[in-house]
Amino acid sequence: MAESRISLEQVRHVARLARLALAPDEQERVRRDMDEILAYVEKLNELDTSAVPPTAQVGEAGTPMRDDVVTCAPRADEMLANAPANERGYFKVPKIID
Amino acid sequence: MTMALAGRDKYEAVIGLEVHTHLMTRSKLFCGCSTQFGAPPNHNVCPRCMGMPGVLPVLNRKAVELAIRMGIAAHSEIASYSIFDRKSYFYPDLPKGYQISQYETPVCKGGYIDLPANGGEPRRIRLVRIHLEEDAGKNIHAEGASLVDFNRSSVPLVEIVSEPDIRSSAEAAVYLQTLRAILKYVGASDGKMEEGSFRCDVNISVRPRGSDKLGIRSEIKNLNSFRFVENAIEHEIDRQIAIVESGGKVVQETHLWDPEREETRPMRSKEFAHDYRYFPEPDLPPLVIDHTWVDEVRAAMPELPSARRARYMRELGLGDYEAGVLTAERELADYFEAMLPGLKSPKTAANWVMTEVLRRVNESGRPLAEAAAPAAESGALLRMVEDGKISLNAAKTAFVEMLKTGKGAQATIDALGLAQVSDEAAIAEACDRVLAAESDNVAQYRAGKQGLFGFFVGKVMKSMGGKANPKVVNEILRKRLDG
Amino acid sequence: MASELNTITVAAAQALLRKREISSLELTRACLDRVRAVEPKLNAFINVSEREAIEQARAADRRLASDGAAALCGIPLAIKDAYCTRGVATTCGSRILEKFVPPFDATVIAKLRDEGAVFIGKTNMDEFGMGSSTENSAFGPTLNPHELGRVAGGSSGGSAAAVAADECLAALGEDTGGSIREPAAFCGVVGLKPTYSRVSRYGIIAYASSLDQVGPFAKSVRDASILLRSLAGIDPNDSTCSARPVPDYERALTGDVKGLRIGVPREYFVEGMQRSVESAVRAALKQYESMGAKVDEISLPHTDYAIAAYYLIATAEASANLARYDGIRYGLRVEGANNIELYDRTRAAGFGAEVKRRIMLGTFALSAGYYDAYYLKAQKVRTLIRQDFERAFERCDLLVTPVAPTTAFRIGEKTTDPLTMYLSDIFTISVNLAGLPGLALPCGYDENGLPIGMQIIGPPFSEENVLRAGDAYERAGAVERRTAKV
Repeated sequence: MAESRISLEQVRHVARLARLALAPDEQERVRRDMDEILAYVEKLNELDTSAVPPTAQVGEAGTPMRDDVVTCAPRADEMLANAPANERGYFKVPKIID
Repeated sequence: MTMALAGRDKYEAVIGLEVHTHLMTRSKLFCGCSTQFGAPPNHNVCPRCMGMPGVLPVLNRKAVELAIRMGIAAHSEIASYSIFDRKSYFYPDLPKGYQISQYETPVCKGGYIDLPANGGEPRRIRLVRIHLEEDAGKNIHAEGASLVDFNRSSVPLVEIVSEPDIRSSAEAAVYLQTLRAILKYVGASDGKMEEGSFRCDVNISVRPRGSDKLGIRSEIKNLNSFRFVENAIEHEIDRQIAIVESGGKVVQETHLWDPEREETRPMRSKEFAHDYRYFPEPDLPPLVIDHTWVDEVRAAMPELPSARRARYMRELGLGDYEAGVLTAERELADYFEAMLPGLKSPKTAANWVMTEVLRRVNESGRPLAEAAAPAAESGALLRMVEDGKISLNAAKTAFVEMLKTGKGAQATIDALGLAQVSDEAAIAEACDRVLAAESDNVAQYRAGKQGLFGFFVGKVMKSMGGKANPKVVNEILRKRLDG
Repeated sequence: MASELNTITVAAAQALLRKREISSLELTRACLDRVRAVEPKLNAFINVSEREAIEQARAADRRLASDGAAALCGIPLAIKDAYCTRGVATTCGSRILEKFVPPFDATVIAKLRDEGAVFIGKTNMDEFGMGSSTENSAFGPTLNPHELGRVAGGSSGGSAAAVAADECLAALGEDTGGSIREPAAFCGVVGLKPTYSRVSRYGIIAYASSLDQVGPFAKSVRDASILLRSLAGIDPNDSTCSARPVPDYERALTGDVKGLRIGVPREYFVEGMQRSVESAVRAALKQYESMGAKVDEISLPHTDYAIAAYYLIATAEASANLARYDGIRYGLRVEGANNIELYDRTRAAGFGAEVKRRIMLGTFALSAGYYDAYYLKAQKVRTLIRQDFERAFERCDLLVTPVAPTTAFRIGEKTTDPLTMYLSDIFTISVNLAGLPGLALPCGYDENGLPIGMQIIGPPFSEENVLRAGDAYERAGAVERRTAKV
């Protein structure tokens, strides 16, 4: 069997970072899929990119900026309309743990 | 206690500070919502700063300008090319699940803040960087739940990171005060800590004195008052020294300061919080700042505290200490200068500000504009003193009254009848009357009891209802008694 | 006659509307009738806005009555459900946004509203744009109008099928790795992915920010040109959007390709490609030669690495773009005892398997210790791929390639192994990595009568040339447009 590129423990760690609760059988399936894909993407190592700059964007350079003017009118009703849980104008979430 | 003191001799603290402060812009960093504090919850929000699907950031030019001003004031190198990065973590007050910040290419690199000497050696605290980022919203704790308000989400922040050059809690406080003064001076921040617009994280380690290696450091987050910073540092130094002295190893961790118990608490389960998975923000092209823009910003900047202080000493003849006190806060220096037109002695104005004005500010706990009568009126009062129209004491009395009534200098002097009498004839008359009535004491004075001079002055002043010009009283009495 | 109004082109409709020979209401009703008839079989739409469409059509007719109506006034369009439409549910093909109603319009939607266009409804798609077959939709797959047992392609399968089945006159899609071009090819319609930054992305639910681009599906290249003109242009709400002026693309359709230098990348004719696909594209090249174009073989040497680079970059960006779906401000929410449980459960319930897979991959590619080897490496390879195209365009004006290695595959054929599905993007993906314009148009049918598409690729902002070449081929009439059998 080929060497595994990602372990179950790593899968659990990544799932925690991404805040996805994966059931145990899901974890193994994801592990297998990721393993296959990571094996495939390893072909990138065939290329020598030591002298190649990365592309972060493909658009045209220079950040457009806006003037410091208040353009948004308050519309709390609209902004809260999609809230699954709200209270007195706030978005409600269960107890926050770090 | 004794052990702590002994520890302090053996070890030195190595402290670096990270300050986050809101930039004074009208609108947010990436959207056109208002930044005004105190609005009802979720009032100043829009799809962008709420992280709705499909939204994109657009950068506020003024925020960049203020960051450039800060960089100039801190002698930093302004990057001609910097990028924004996404910093990913999950927290209810972070709507997109990532914060747009700057990682490898901050807008300002390096720089330094000189701390005022104040009798000791002037200290230079070097900076690592200054960068722009957006703030998150606010969580309010309720019964078994939390309530989230996104008004503060995407308000512009500037993060100022110092090198670990600070060596004591006192020095940390001075650094923070100096930094805040500069931020207020350049108009970048209002420095109001109560509104949460100035927050500080402390990185602190200890090492044996004389060593130049860095110990393991711990971090204390989110301190929002100078007193808390000092206390937290003191506590942490003691804690680390105790660990090291007993042969243990300081663990690199993050603490939250508990102001009630006056101690630090480690933050729970932050093991995964450190993997922020920074990558360049694809929705924002690189920020290009050319030297023309930097020059324009520099030309438009208000005079910085150190330059102002030097000018006061050089052009107005003030001493180092006075110049320092006056320039510590921009409003104070502005007030002082507004008093000067028409005054012969800047030193008198300086003393006035340092005593009468600052007293009002400190007693009332209110900002300068609310605690004292306007500078023009102070200037008017001092001109009257210089012209001999009132005594300095009268000026002080009038000043307090003016704040209550809101009336001007002349009107108050008139209303309280504080006008001074400088008429030589009238004073001479009063002196003669007093000396005539005090012939015994006069004889004693002439016999050598020089200390009675003040007694005569007092009598003359009393007989004239306190309104005599003391200088003239002194001159005439001297002539009468010594002449 | 009136009941076939839904089969005409946008160009034809414009003329008829202006001459008052038809009304937008008639046009819209014809489309809605067709929608009612075929939707139970096709599932191209997630939401049909019958009432709003009628209102919009009436309003358009009022505007058309006085002169000076805009280009798309009264034209019934279908919109991919990735575009935020104010007051209308926008799901992005996902359970996590099933009930989300945006309080704002995407910029392009606002533009189209201003012109008086009519919105028939929101079309089906692979969840969050992640897929090549619309089988990853939380609302069931969209079937291919030419053969119902086959996929419509993805991720904009709904929009492609809606145009192919004449449920509307044209549609909007979004392309990150081929999501407009591949379904266009599978459904036998025209699909255009413009140059990255040509069209505003504001209000388009993001999958991969540096790759996503908005574009039209149409029944002809001329129609696509008309649509692009209305969509393109600067947007102060999108910092990556280009400020370049928008040409009148229709004007460029001269029909003349004499002297046009066409490059054919040898890496795009691979082993395992469907024979009929290859022969159809080669026949199209012969057609171009007969019209005076010069055809030459060229090389894009890093083609083989594009899929690997794409699946690291796109998933990395997506992992961050999808972090906002947490059940707090909008969308699905599954309660928990604390915020951690809220996130975990909401996201587990709300996202489909493919989305979870890509979020995991992307998060991993960015994570500590792996960033350099995966994400950064992929961005460097991306530079090499861009440079391949730059070099090719020194010698050619345009490139012509197949769109996909096969015609529409069967439902369920590629869903067992994700990598197999990813490999079908081989011809479209490099174009997104390089940010270039790509036009897909029909160039034949295979032995089963399934449409075959060819792709025309140009340098950045060369849409005029790309559309001119596509239109010239179309006008030459080598391939007849077959109506979908549904």
